[in-house]
Amino acid sequence: MIEIKDLHKSYKMGNNSLHVLKGINFTVDDGELVAIMGSSGSGKSTLLNILGMLDVLDEGTYTLDGVPIKDMNETKAAQYRNKFLGFVFQSFNLINYKTAAENVALPLYYQKVGRKEREIKALKYLEQVGLKEWAGHLPSELSGGQKQRVAIARAMAAEPKVLLADEPTGALDSKTSYEVMDLIQKINDAGNTILIVTHEPDIAKMCKRIVHLKDGVIIEDEKINQVRASSYVQ
Amino acid sequence: MRFLFDRNTWQEIFGSIGKNRTRTIITVIGVLWGIFIYIALSGAAKGMDNGFEEIFKSVAKNSMFVWAQSTSMPYEGFKTGRPIQLKLEDATQLKNRIPEIEYIAPRNVRGVFGDAPGTIVRGQKFGSYNVYGDFPVFTKITTKKIYDNGRFINDADIEKARKVCVIGERTEKELFEKGESPIGKFIRIDNVYFQVVGVHKFSQGGGFDNDGDIFIPFTTYRKLYNTGNDVGWFSIAAYNDADVLKVEESVKAHLKRIHRVNPDDERAFGSFNIGEVFNRISGFAQGLTFLSLVVGIATILAGVIGIGNILLISVKERTKEIGVRRALGATPREVRAQIILESVFLTMIAGIMGIILGAGVLSIINNATEDLDFPYSNPTVPIPYILGALAIMVVLGTLIGLIPAQRAVSIKPIDALREE
Repeated sequence: MIEIKDLHKSYKMGNNSLHVLKGINFTVDDGELVAIMGSSGSGKSTLLNILGMLDVLDEGTYTLDGVPIKDMNETKAAQYRNKFLGFVFQSFNLINYKTAAENVALPLYYQKVGRKEREIKALKYLEQVGLKEWAGHLPSELSGGQKQRVAIARAMAAEPKVLLADEPTGALDSKTSYEVMDLIQKINDAGNTILIVTHEPDIAKMCKRIVHLKDGVIIEDEKINQVRASSYVQ
Repeated sequence: MRFLFDRNTWQEIFGSIGKNRTRTIITVIGVLWGIFIYIALSGAAKGMDNGFEEIFKSVAKNSMFVWAQSTSMPYEGFKTGRPIQLKLEDATQLKNRIPEIEYIAPRNVRGVFGDAPGTIVRGQKFGSYNVYGDFPVFTKITTKKIYDNGRFINDADIEKARKVCVIGERTEKELFEKGESPIGKFIRIDNVYFQVVGVHKFSQGGGFDNDGDIFIPFTTYRKLYNTGNDVGWFSIAAYNDADVLKVEESVKAHLKRIHRVNPDDERAFGSFNIGEVFNRISGFAQGLTFLSLVVGIATILAGVIGIGNILLISVKERTKEIGVRRALGATPREVRAQIILESVFLTMIAGIMGIILGAGVLSIINNATEDLDFPYSNPTVPIPYILGALAIMVVLGTLIGLIPAQRAVSIKPIDALREE
């Protein structure tokens, strides 16, 4: 599904150049649930941004679902993001003047799906995250965990090939974190490929594979026995 | 196009506009004020234009009066201060010599220039009214609306020096019973019986007209008052395409020649040129229209710039939202279109509200001045002007919207989404 070869990325900071990613080789197969771990500054968010086509790579190749991702203009990148990728952010990034259902329907709007169909689909995905009754509520009326679940429903609504989550539990307490992870695991069980950036070991252990990043290189890449979040959730 | 009719598009525009209600209202007021000023000013200018038009409606717009005074220069042996008397023959000469003259009406009056007005008696009732001696051609220059069944003086009246008269509305009211038709009845003008043939409706035509004026045939007048061929003044109308100022000059030049007055004597003949006054007033109204256009457009421009400014700030505030949208697959085009649409929408709403407000104020002013003696009537702004103003607003709204739209597009989604 994802194939990265010899990826380099550096940022210019005035006269200094900051080499963030120094040769990453990395593949993700269909249906994997991968945690990318590392201390801050290790380059994990940069890697996720490049995977999400929010940022461009300097060197190396990136292939997503057999399509080489290079020389993208903004319009093309937007269309690919819309088609291939779903995003979940640490701070949810819901649009505050739209109801939960409207937020979920937003990527469908950019897919040019008709209004009626958008509404039906949005409700379907809200139901999957257990928030169907909250469809008409604004984000300000939802708790943190609920907001993140709406964000996950929004990411899933576009039926992406890969779900990218940047610290999805970073702003949540551990109980709601486990609820969100339970949801992510269920989505993964349904066959979706998911990448999670986290620095919390217990969250990483709920994935099927952990990639450790340090100073821009992968220092460890291990498959683990997944801890089911449902065992923590009552 | 689909974009324009999608409920989501509008919902998003309303959402983003409605979030900052106070600021939106203040922004809208900028453009609203501009279009309001434009509509109110140009409507008022048009109203005044119409008002002047109304005043001059009963008078030929290229007409003038010429009268005689006293010489101020010696000439051909005549001393200074010789009084000049206009004569009936002058009219024929002027008409023959000056081809630009369409109509020339010699006129006489009693009661206007210091002499005693005619004493009019009917039965027990009597009053003093100005009495004019006129030719039928006079009505070609100043329209006199004659009441039902009446008529003005005609050529036969002149020829036979008939004792007929046309009386004014006030005269009718003061000398006749209510509901009584004066037509065919007799009144006494300075002890001579005259038959009333018409009642004229008074209309303000400038000069010394009033609603009690009595018109009698010129030929009867000169018998009644023993004025011979003397003429008080000439009322002259030039052809529509003639230059009234030139006609005025050549009329005076000819009169000087006829009456043997020094060609450089400026005092011998007086004149009042309605055409010139009218041109000056309509020029003033046109200037006012132009001014309102300039002021209106400048104010609209300022308002639209204000909208652009506010949108620029709002784009900065919505950086994150725009980043999310782009992460979810909004293309730069879609982001740009949304911002521009917001700008155009705000401008249009403000514009339409301004037009409605302006029209309301115009109609209030119109109602307030209806019964006043003020040259203001039917203030209108032509529909093409309004559509033009709206089109300008859409264009300006789009152009000004381009700036914040470009700003929004230049935000990279990654920068927008970066955690603090």
